[in-house]
Amino acid sequence: MKKLFVFIILIALASMLYPLLDTFHGNDKLSELSQFYAQSENVSKVNAQNLVTAVVVTYRGLDTLGEVTILFLAAAIIAFFLKTESEKRTLRKNSEIFKTAAKMLVPIITMVGIYIFINGHLTPGGGFQGGAVIASGVILMLLAFPNMEFNHKFFEALESISGVVYVGLAAFGAIIGLGFLDNAILPLGKFGELFSAGAIPVIYSFVGLKVGAELSNILNKFKSVQAEN
Amino acid sequence: MDFKIISALLGIIMLAMSFIAIYHKKMIVAVIATGAVGLFASIMYLFLAAPDVAMTEAAIGSGLSTIIFFYVLNRIRSNDKEGRESDEIDEVIK
Repeated sequence: MKKLFVFIILIALASMLYPLLDTFHGNDKLSELSQFYAQSENVSKVNAQNLVTAVVVTYRGLDTLGEVTILFLAAAIIAFFLKTESEKRTLRKNSEIFKTAAKMLVPIITMVGIYIFINGHLTPGGGFQGGAVIASGVILMLLAFPNMEFNHKFFEALESISGVVYVGLAAFGAIIGLGFLDNAILPLGKFGELFSAGAIPVIYSFVGLKVGAELSNILNKFKSVQAEN
Repeated sequence: MDFKIISALLGIIMLAMSFIAIYHKKMIVAVIATGAVGLFASIMYLFLAAPDVAMTEAAIGSGLSTIIFFYVLNRIRSNDKEGRESDEIDEVIK
């Protein structure tokens, strides 16, 4: 009986999804929306070499703001529910190779993360990617040196300041009459240079710092809960 | 090698890893298989000309979430005193 139901549901799903396969045909042209973004006048308006970043930060900036808010909420809820007790436990010692490798790699990983979000308007990548890379450097440090003091105050201050600056820059564009999250509040510069695309690199750098700090905080919460038993 | 062959191989590996992640008895192997799915998915994204998505997937999907899974797993293990409670839950589901 149960198997019959599963079978019926499978057939129903297949008949629902079959039209997608049947009517699918590949596109050799850009879709209408992509054509709008790729118009040369619109490209010169945002002046970013990596058009994906221009779309994410300016055209769909509210969407990015929402994503950052969701991540902030997740971090806040985790911090709220995982109460940490300052109880030390005896830890197994890490091997010397791991510690030395971590010491060598963490600065490089952090630098790559910062590179990714500063160059977000020129090369693939951006705030979320850079922030995630920075957080993976932080977790490597936490795994290699579990007794190390994690500076909560610094990361929380970094996160709050980045969030306030991000929203402040966005609102500043609206105040001077260009529009919320417009990138033309700073000079657009020459196409393809580091200081180009107006406010996009500034906004994305702050998004990157915020995401990195938030993910590091989440990971540190999970790590410090381990210490209870 | 042809692009299609590489994509097909990656897809097959991802499917195999997903089955390991679902059906393996040991939780640790399942978690590592989940991370491997993310890693191969990020290579797939790179082939599909989405390098920024590939970066996110590689950092979060195969790095951070695997570590969070391990932390949670360790916490659950140390919490249940009987030890093998998770296996009983598996049997109930079956």
